[in-house]
Amino acid sequence: MLINNPEQLSALTLDLKKKADKAAKIQILVSMGTCGIAAGATPVFEAFKKEVSRRGNNDMKVLSVGCVGLCHSEPTVEILNVETGKSTIFGNVKPDQAAAILDGKGEQIKKSWYFPEDEKNPGDCLQARIVLRNSGRIDPESIDDYFLRGGYQAMAKVLTSMKPAEVVDMVTVSGLRGRGGGGFPTGKKWSIAAAQTSEEKYLICNADEGDPGAFMDRAVMEGDPHALLEAMVIAGYAIGARHGIIYVRAEYPLAVKRLQLAMDQAREYGLIGKNIFASGFDFDLNIKYGAGAFVCGEETALIRSISGMRGMPIYKPPFPAIAGLWAKPTIVNNVETFANIPAIIRKGAAWFKTIGTAGSPGTKVFSITGKVNKVGLIEVPMGTTLRNIIFGLGEGIRNGRKFKAVQTGGPSGGCIAEKSLDTPIDYDTLKALGSMMGSGGMIVMDEDDCMVDVAKFFVQFTMDESCGKCTPCRVGGRQMFGLLQKITSGDGTLEDLDTIKDLAHAVKTASLCGLGMTAPNPVLATMACFPEEYRAHIVDRKCPAGKCTNLISYVIDPEKCTGCTLCARKCPVGCISGKVKEKHVIDQNKCIHCGACYEACRFSAISKQ
Amino acid sequence: MTCSCCSDNRPNLLETYPEKRQKLDEYISKLDLGDDMERRKGFLIGCLHEAQHIFGYLPREVQELVGKRLRLQQSDVYGVISFYSFFTDQPVGKYKINVCTGTACFVRGADKILEEFKSKLGLEEGQSSADLKFTLTSIRCVGACSLAPVVMVNDRVYGNVTAKMVPEIIKNCE
Ligand SMILES: Cc1cc2nc3c(=O)[nH]c(=O)nc-3n(C[C@H](O)[C@H](O)[C@H](O)COP(=O)(O)O)c2cc1C
Ligand code: FES
Repeated sequence: MLINNPEQLSALTLDLKKKADKAAKIQILVSMGTCGIAAGATPVFEAFKKEVSRRGNNDMKVLSVGCVGLCHSEPTVEILNVETGKSTIFGNVKPDQAAAILDGKGEQIKKSWYFPEDEKNPGDCLQARIVLRNSGRIDPESIDDYFLRGGYQAMAKVLTSMKPAEVVDMVTVSGLRGRGGGGFPTGKKWSIAAAQTSEEKYLICNADEGDPGAFMDRAVMEGDPHALLEAMVIAGYAIGARHGIIYVRAEYPLAVKRLQLAMDQAREYGLIGKNIFASGFDFDLNIKYGAGAFVCGEETALIRSISGMRGMPIYKPPFPAIAGLWAKPTIVNNVETFANIPAIIRKGAAWFKTIGTAGSPGTKVFSITGKVNKVGLIEVPMGTTLRNIIFGLGEGIRNGRKFKAVQTGGPSGGCIAEKSLDTPIDYDTLKALGSMMGSGGMIVMDEDDCMVDVAKFFVQFTMDESCGKCTPCRVGGRQMFGLLQKITSGDGTLEDLDTIKDLAHAVKTASLCGLGMTAPNPVLATMACFPEEYRAHIVDRKCPAGKCTNLISYVIDPEKCTGCTLCARKCPVGCISGKVKEKHVIDQNKCIHCGACYEACRFSAISKQ
Repeated sequence: MTCSCCSDNRPNLLETYPEKRQKLDEYISKLDLGDDMERRKGFLIGCLHEAQHIFGYLPREVQELVGKRLRLQQSDVYGVISFYSFFTDQPVGKYKINVCTGTACFVRGADKILEEFKSKLGLEEGQSSADLKFTLTSIRCVGACSLAPVVMVNDRVYGNVTAKMVPEIIKNCE
């Protein structure tokens, strides 16, 4: 069936609402994104279906939904009463708990952690949901569910009652900034492409999500794919592009499957394709795959990848908005950026500006991972402090360890130490702290993480992912890595630190694209925040975190050693001597610092020094 | 880089598996390639994905077939394959064990997991076992960071992996 005008859309939605009112009152929502499935959501889903049909209860319906962000308690099941809006979320659900949970018994998730958009904020909840408003609430494979949540209404409004320039203006006024990392004002970018007279323009969704540790774009595509499609039609209309491309990384098969399905459904209703809403506007979409190259997240490299070439960035200007894909005006926006658009259209630019900070309105989705108690995907207003995120939502550091730093901005960002935790974060404050927003990955580290090692990790990452086109990035990255390796193996000198700084400066200023320009950030940030750790590696030849194998020695405490011989048997190089029931000793000259003895000892007699 | 595909006595995949060749041919025939040479190239990565999906890897004869059908230079095709880490011109094992070494997994001890796989399988990173049962590689983030450290075996994702789980993961491949 084709939907030709907003009235038909409203009628259809109303019809669905009526049907929904008659249907099941109790929805059982099983979170089934990639991570939910990995945590075992599929058998849970099956168990609930079985239990509901066993009870023959027509008032209950089991739905497979996207990620709610409660990754720490996956698999999660939410029992939602559609009539009263009352919901209870259960975590760490096992298939055999289905019956008990339907009777209300199980491990419940605190509401302050998460509350769905259509419920009132219980007051102490730090989250606010715009981008993830539907994720975890609707069946992402059902367009009807999306209609029921006001889906495609924004598009209807735009196509039938707004001029393209008005749409661009609205987005400009909202102050929305690109969520892909740079934070460039979206409306401004659109206005450049809109001003081009070319007949042929392109709109690209950057779903390459290369930053390791970030998975919000995946959550949107898996949990609310229609929102992305709706936003892209709106953006296409605003800039005058009739072709849209979603560039997805090959590692996200489930996201691709759900997007593909959503596209088929939208096409069937005429929501993408020719003459949408009889407005005379045509827009079609297709999916292109990445193939495992981080640099392809950079927009010019991405465009070259879509053109079937090696994904090497090119010099800007000209900017893609003027000459991009096939040398035509092209707008590249991130998934999360797009996901904000329908809400801005529906609720207005003024509403959007009431959330977040003056310079960065709206919310930001962060994935908090690493050494934090509650890992997950959260959406908070811009301007929330890191402390609230890590110690509020994340509930502090695992195993009672001490917080050391949080890494934001991925390989282009930096580490933020304890002293800056109370800064309200947005694009500008993070930059001032020597880090950046990036795509929203937040990796929390504790006292067991060595900051020199972390810097080395990121430099190795950018070194591996450098496309090799420009010398500063290709050679400079390798040199920095070499120096960091020297320091972590205990051969560093204080001059090396100066050399690293010089190199970092050269790589930052002379590289061709953002990859090289930001590659030194993790090193510079850790050097600025943790100078004493670098010095300890160089001057004392010690790794305070006990991570750098060459700089730690394993010592057996004669008081605690029982002479069980286990360590001697585990040692791969046979450097531990001692007879049964006698104290053992490690020959430091032969020891390769592998830590096998340390892990094997059952009496905590071996310590790292 | 030298390619080993011409030096050994590896059978020609296109001749050995005519049905696979047909599948790839059909896929390419369905594409709306057009005559614009620049734009034909835009189909290359999609075709290589399909070809690798069908054949498991991209040996020279498959590269040549794709090149011929799209009317592209061999160097263009090989250039793309060597650039993107997803593509490989070497045979891969039946079970592709991908240890995530992304940031979240790194801070949760992915290096230990990788070491454990190396020693249990007797393989280095990037190597395949002689019987082509296993290939061991590291990848950067599968987007399941909250379950770090993560190991992906073909399409199956294992979360919160410990060194102790490694033998079991290998056993599940039987
Ligand atoms: C090395 C590098 C990697 C990038 N990776 C991504 C990415 O994975 N996803 C993304 O949306 N933007 C990425 N970007 C930013 C894009 O170049 C581009 O600015 C962004 O997609 C624009 O969308 P936005 O304005 O909506 O943020 C990357 C940039 C660089 C320099
Ligand atoms: S870092 Fe390993 S899954 Fe993301």
